[in-house]
Amino acid sequence: MPHYWIPNSSPTIKKQLADALGINDVSELFSDVPKELIVNRELDIGLGRSLSELEVKRYFKRLMSKNKVFNDPPPFTGGGICAHYVPAVVGSIISRNEFYTAYTPYQPEVSQGILQALFEYESLIAELYGVDVVNASMYNGSTAAAEALRMAVRVNKRKKVLIPSNVNPEVYEVINTWFLGTGVTINRVGYDRLTGCVDINELEVKLKGGDVSSVYVETPNYFGCIEVYLKELVELTHKYDALVVVNALPISLGVLEAPGVLGADIVVGDAQSLGLGMNFGGPSAGILGISDERMINQLPGRLIGATLDVNGRLAYTMILQAREQHIRRERATSNITTNSSLMAIASAVYLSLLGSEGIKELGESILLRTYYAIRKLSSINGVEVPVFPDGKHFREVTVAFKVESYDELHRGLLKRGILGGKYVGREFPELGEACIMCFTELHSKSDIDVLTSSIEGLLGGS
Amino acid sequence: MWRQANWDEELLFKLSMYGKPTFYFGGNEFAEVVGDVEDLLPKKVVRSKPPQIPNLSEVEVVRHFIRLSQMGYGVDLGPVPLGSCTMKYNPKLLEELAGNEGLRDLHPYQDESTVQGVLEVMYLLQKWLAELVGMDECCLQPPAGASGEFAGALMIKKYHLDRGEVFRDELLVPDNAHGSNPASAAMAGFKVIKIPTSESGEVDIDALRSVLSSRTAGIMLTNPNTLGIFESRIGEIADEVHRAGGLLYYDGANLNGILGVVRPGDMGFDIVHLNIHKTFGAPHGGGGPGAGVICAKGELVDYLPIPTVGFDGVKYFLNYGKKKSIGRVSQFYGNIIPLVKAFLYMLTLGPNVREVAEVAVLNTNYFIKLISGVRGISIPYGKGKFRKHEVVLSFEDLLRDTGVNAEDIAKALIDRGVYAPTIYFPLIVNEAHMVEFTESESRENIEMYAELYRSIVEDAYKDPAKLKKCPENTSVGRLDLGLANHPLTRTPTFKFLSRLGRKSMIR
Repeated sequence: MPHYWIPNSSPTIKKQLADALGINDVSELFSDVPKELIVNRELDIGLGRSLSELEVKRYFKRLMSKNKVFNDPPPFTGGGICAHYVPAVVGSIISRNEFYTAYTPYQPEVSQGILQALFEYESLIAELYGVDVVNASMYNGSTAAAEALRMAVRVNKRKKVLIPSNVNPEVYEVINTWFLGTGVTINRVGYDRLTGCVDINELEVKLKGGDVSSVYVETPNYFGCIEVYLKELVELTHKYDALVVVNALPISLGVLEAPGVLGADIVVGDAQSLGLGMNFGGPSAGILGISDERMINQLPGRLIGATLDVNGRLAYTMILQAREQHIRRERATSNITTNSSLMAIASAVYLSLLGSEGIKELGESILLRTYYAIRKLSSINGVEVPVFPDGKHFREVTVAFKVESYDELHRGLLKRGILGGKYVGREFPELGEACIMCFTELHSKSDIDVLTSSIEGLLGGS
Repeated sequence: MWRQANWDEELLFKLSMYGKPTFYFGGNEFAEVVGDVEDLLPKKVVRSKPPQIPNLSEVEVVRHFIRLSQMGYGVDLGPVPLGSCTMKYNPKLLEELAGNEGLRDLHPYQDESTVQGVLEVMYLLQKWLAELVGMDECCLQPPAGASGEFAGALMIKKYHLDRGEVFRDELLVPDNAHGSNPASAAMAGFKVIKIPTSESGEVDIDALRSVLSSRTAGIMLTNPNTLGIFESRIGEIADEVHRAGGLLYYDGANLNGILGVVRPGDMGFDIVHLNIHKTFGAPHGGGGPGAGVICAKGELVDYLPIPTVGFDGVKYFLNYGKKKSIGRVSQFYGNIIPLVKAFLYMLTLGPNVREVAEVAVLNTNYFIKLISGVRGISIPYGKGKFRKHEVVLSFEDLLRDTGVNAEDIAKALIDRGVYAPTIYFPLIVNEAHMVEFTESESRENIEMYAELYRSIVEDAYKDPAKLKKCPENTSVGRLDLGLANHPLTRTPTFKFLSRLGRKSMIR
């Protein structure tokens, strides 16, 4: 059936082209396919027929009306992804057809815009994380972390990876999957119950065990605690010739020290907080960088660099492609091909819009909101916050409740139009009925006050 | 004559001499209650030196990136016939609907009762895709094709491990396969065994037979293959590999040529990955984000990544119940925005998706008809066979005759206002151009493109030196790739710019 997305689907054109090929019917083009394999029934796809644009729109909007979007107040849910504001400029730029309908810039001379934008992304993120080199993006923070740890194994050929138990459990699961069948073992390291940070003493014991390729750390970690002793952790790990992979929250880096400055060898992150939206979990973009350029040949993924053209003009192109799958095949540093370029460009737009001043102000205002929320929530009877008394928090906070089940409280909040925390009692039973809450620039003072009074009301049984 | 925009646009870092008022998020009434940063954090965790990011006003940022956008090329400007990339038109309806704030603002950990709409979309998409490729179930989690491949390779790995067949450590991959196939196989810990292509352009079955053994874990195949040729003996291949105890993995990058006409499941494949940003109308985004749905049939379904979306008759839910699952291959549930676009694409076309394949294949063969007999160009392998989604041209003869190579031809094409095909791939074809028009190019455009080839080749025979100068109408001329890649001059970020010498400072 002809369709306006398919120019040559008009029966007349099809006939003309078939005539030119000397065939009677288009089906003859599939004559090399064994007959019994040709689909001979109508496939059960869509609503059983083609739909017009207006029909699709109506059907889709009806479906979308079954979602509840929390704008007022915005979600208080943490767990690695939080609600952040997306400036109008970001959407406007990445809706440019030249950007979003382009392919990977294989022909650099005609793709300078995307290449320059990605070069700027790499440079901006390198600046933010305090490292030499950043690639043109991974899929998201979880796969960036997995790629980084696999890279560390390639760099030092060791077979053990240490992962603290205070990291995002989903990211841990992804890392675990990515090491399936490689012969690399993952050992866990506990956390300090007072600070929420990695237990340095236990880490040293595990490092002494030998053959450790790298240590993976998140800051702020899953509990929302800043790894205050990151520098000490790095020094200790380097003593055992292992590498440190730090997953840092990009939006925190206007106020928190850059991981590269603290000695991280490989830095990773999820760019979601940099104006990408939550998108029900994806797409995002994964940040991956190295503090020492000498590791560059082990770096996975696309890398954009500057060069000159025949006329001596500054220009940009993909570099060091010999690391990649389309050339190196089974010996490539990674299989990654398509990455998350458009989202990387979105985060570059976001960072340009904020500037060094804006990113600092924003970081500070998130920090202050976090502490305001801690102060408010801690005044409620039956609420334990912070769960880690000596912890330093940014954006996310672990909150425990003296209740039978957090779920009931959560549903109570939901009835009031409030999306509460991410329950973590199953993964971390030692924390009791606890959840992770998140406070960002989207939350006004009154939003946090409403959350507090609602929890108070629900706990008071009213 | 076509000329691309050339804005001589400075790098962001050099854009502004004076600090401008930057974007702000509004009222900060918290400091008076909780104090300042110094009161809250120990000095050692506070940033010592601010990141060197220029402070620009909104209009400066917008102009900068719009100027950059104009120095680019996408499907909305003209043909992008990159073989195996399936650069089809991205319907604007998909962009409008999937771009709405209602999706953007959904938190992945919202209660299931509050996301029934998006879960229903995901459930239906899983179902439709499974039907389309003849599989029992699909998982939407892999964020790109290569990630789907990796998931598939891990499923093969775990399947054999669970059966105690630890010795199955070889994955067979044809020599014309996409590079991501062997790379994914190696990442999953397999030894890659290369299978040669016969003169017919299909898997050399005798060679395949000779490597099958108790070590065979499976084979990764794309059908039609990267030569655009349908593996007509797929039934035999499937039988042989299955008999040896191996599994069949289908690389969905080339699905567009058989969409709705033949199903990988019916061909005997056990696992299939799909490229949502190729076959299903979602844009490529200049290099992503895409989505790489992974599907399986029979007992392999239990090995799919988690979660998938289930339906209990009343409500949709995230199903973590697959006991043998390889686990999570990425965070959350997949790249939802491109996935929603695929849903809308299939909702629009319905069973009519077959038209996509028919016209895509018709376009390929019409182009072959137009290009056949042009001096200097040959079409190696499978003489006279109809191609499917794409065709691979060789400029080997032209190079021998004139010294003009496949890259020169590509640069001449982009100099004339179209995008070039995939070049130097597959590796088994010398001086290759891999051309895929998809169903989106009109008859006029295909004729125009063939005519461009014809005239460029003519130029090559008349004045080869002229072609070596291409491109001249693009924002910049041909690049110094030696300089770009040399350890002493490579410039991966802004801070290394001085390595390019004084020249880079002058525009």
